[in-house]
Amino acid sequence: MSGFWIMLTGALVASCCGILGCFLILRRMALVGDAISHSVLPGIVIAFLVSGSRDSFFMLFGAAILGFLTVFLIQLFQQSGVQNDASIGVVFTSLFAAGVLLVSLNAQHVDLDLDCVLYGEIAYVQWNTLVLGGVDLGPKAVWLLGITLFIIVVLITLFYKQFKLCAFDPALAAAIGIPVALFHYVLMGLVSMATVSSFESVGAILVVGLLIVPPATAYLLTDRLGAMIGLSLVIGVISSVGGYYAAAALDASIAGCMVCVAGVMFVLAFLFSPSHGFVVRKLRQRVSAAREAY
Amino acid sequence: MLNLITDPNLQWILLGSMLLGISTGVVGTFAYLRKQSLIGDTLAHAALPGICIAFMLTEVKSVGLFMIGAIVAGMIATVGISWITRYSRIKQDAAMGIVLSVFFGLGIVLLTQIQHSSYGNQSGLDKFLFGQAASMTAKDVYTMTSVAVVLIVVCALLFKEFKLISFDPGYARGLGFSVATLEQLLLWLVTIAVVVGIQAVGVVLVAALLITPAVSARYWTDRLGVMTVLSGLFGALSGAIGTWVSAGTAQLPTGPLSVLTATAVFVASVLFGPQRGVIAKLVRRRTAKRDWAAENAKQSGAGVGASAKERGVSA
Amino acid sequence: MAANKSGIAPLTVTNMTVAYQKKPVVRNVSFEVTEGELIGIIGPNGAGKSTLIKAILGLQPSLSGETLVYGKPYKTQRKLVGYVPQRESVDWDFPTNALDVVMMGRYGQLGLFRRPGAKEKAIGMECLAKVGMADFAGRQISQLSGGQQQRVFLARALAQDATLYFMDEPFAGVDAATEKAIIQLLNELKRQGKTVLVVHHDLATVEQYFDSVMLLNGELVAYGPTSSTFTEEMLQKAYGGRLTFLKSHANAEDEPVLIAGRG
Repeated sequence: MSGFWIMLTGALVASCCGILGCFLILRRMALVGDAISHSVLPGIVIAFLVSGSRDSFFMLFGAAILGFLTVFLIQLFQQSGVQNDASIGVVFTSLFAAGVLLVSLNAQHVDLDLDCVLYGEIAYVQWNTLVLGGVDLGPKAVWLLGITLFIIVVLITLFYKQFKLCAFDPALAAAIGIPVALFHYVLMGLVSMATVSSFESVGAILVVGLLIVPPATAYLLTDRLGAMIGLSLVIGVISSVGGYYAAAALDASIAGCMVCVAGVMFVLAFLFSPSHGFVVRKLRQRVSAAREAY
Repeated sequence: MLNLITDPNLQWILLGSMLLGISTGVVGTFAYLRKQSLIGDTLAHAALPGICIAFMLTEVKSVGLFMIGAIVAGMIATVGISWITRYSRIKQDAAMGIVLSVFFGLGIVLLTQIQHSSYGNQSGLDKFLFGQAASMTAKDVYTMTSVAVVLIVVCALLFKEFKLISFDPGYARGLGFSVATLEQLLLWLVTIAVVVGIQAVGVVLVAALLITPAVSARYWTDRLGVMTVLSGLFGALSGAIGTWVSAGTAQLPTGPLSVLTATAVFVASVLFGPQRGVIAKLVRRRTAKRDWAAENAKQSGAGVGASAKERGVSA
Repeated sequence: MAANKSGIAPLTVTNMTVAYQKKPVVRNVSFEVTEGELIGIIGPNGAGKSTLIKAILGLQPSLSGETLVYGKPYKTQRKLVGYVPQRESVDWDFPTNALDVVMMGRYGQLGLFRRPGAKEKAIGMECLAKVGMADFAGRQISQLSGGQQQRVFLARALAQDATLYFMDEPFAGVDAATEKAIIQLLNELKRQGKTVLVVHHDLATVEQYFDSVMLLNGELVAYGPTSSTFTEEMLQKAYGGRLTFLKSHANAEDEPVLIAGRG
């Protein structure tokens, strides 16, 4: 049973990230997830200091606020002329530094395991269950991620064409009256939600990995956005299931193995994708060169 | 404040932080201009498997070995990023994200392997990851000094080449430069700077040492030479102030303080930069609007005011 | 369309002024466009041609100025306006094919929730056929040549089914076949009574292509029928001493002001 919950949690994280990651990659904002997952630290610390409890609700709340603040600050600096990636880097390092300072300032009160915030521990997912009226409803993380996934699917389905046009050609989108800035914030808000609801169970790095690697793999395999999202979901789910078994076999970190499996699939797609693969293109070049020689 | 002058250990740390700041600031300038600001973050994370493998191979906890492992892993990571962007349609940011997360994931897997097997106490590893400038010793400072000098000298010698590949790689290729080699060399310099920086401020914050001074410097000048020097200065200043504040209080770590100092410099630059700063832009826009209104009023009497009023009514 | 018969000018721009820096790039431009004309916007590099279009479409904040489309503010008339941005403004590696890009032109008409369906597909195919690209409907857009990409963009503008079109340098860097296809299309639009404003670079073809020309050099230098406006004297005024130079190297000069604006 524990294996099932772990794989389900992994698959849910992979699904949330897989959908959003496609849009992030196409908008060249792949590293926003990385930024958010690091900069939630001060939010968690402040929530802990204010509430005095380690209840995950307060922590989530604090993390969510910092997630939105991160997105807002990145956008603010970008609008005042800072390069996109530089803006991401400055914002998350500053917030993370502030978080580390807060932890050190309150070292005697804070008993937060920094490693755990960053790396998470998916193996513990099953022990933290949601109990309502005495009934055990299964792991909290699964509920949280399930709700997040539902919101993501609903919003992306309803506004698919808007998200797509904003990613492809923001100028035309603006010219035909789509509120480009609003959709930008909705997308970033969703990324922030997905990151925050994932990091507690799987850790920041798995979130970043699943936001980028499966969509990038899918990007090498198809030329349609819809198919890219679908493939990215499939690859994400395979990574989490495969990662779980790999971890069991190697007796190693589950989250780490999930990212590694995704990485292996990326390398395979990079080399052997029928349309964009490195090997395939080299072969094709060789064939056409040979044909020319005759 | 006083102990800065008297405490020789603190002087070492101060010197070390400043040298680190200068070298990362200088190298970071090129990374920023090549739109690779987050390369620092990527390489810092990518160092983990290298460190783990160095430990697994030698079973010795030595900073020198860890650094070698980290640098090798970082170099492989830079090659990976170049390959992905060159041979597929994946853009740079995604390529960095892929390398970052996959390498770090691999590192975590290796780390758990180390924990679960008989390698014994691995606590030295996480110290390396989270950094500790405060325990810097004279020996570390020697390393940093030599690394900083090497980095700065190489950047100075190859200044025009780096300038060219940062501005227009296609043209550089046309002039007969081996752009791929130069790009790789630059990335390796960044790797070295990052690995040295990890020791002082840790994996996450080392990215700031590369980006923040460089972006800040961009706000004060349009000349690459000036920008490089300024970026180095900002880096050194952040390191110095971070160390100084940290020395005054018992519990505050140096790394985050240096990063926050750099951020303060950055915010000041964004606001007050003479050409590109927010305030300068606002002022310019306002004067433009006012001049325009004045010019219009001169030309067509009260025409502008009247049309504005009309618009208000019709809306 | 009702607006077509009303006799109101399709586009009225009053006192448009845009400044990136201290000095306005577009100064006090006012003009009114006659329905059913092909209008070339011409001027030296940095004259603010693209900027003017972007400001009219609200993509670039202006210091002052007002845009009326068929007598009403642009914001309420968006559906009547089609826009062809410069080709470099999008990422051609985007995972989509030519037909899909053309169908994007229908998104404005589809409203908030409706998704493109069979009808949009039919319109898309029809528009692709009009630019001679029907055979490439399923082709991934990065595998199209520059001229083909430009034609896809034009087909997308057609799919918008607008009555007033803005095209930002559609002739830049295209092959002869595409240039011919574009000009056929422009004439087709004109026959349908639509109005098209085209940012244009090549002085040699102006007289052949356009009914009216607008000479821009920060300020509006001249605007009127090509025969009376496109004269040596007016061109001297718009291009200054650079005219001879420009005639030989039409594209050699950089456009620093505009690049700053895009960044």
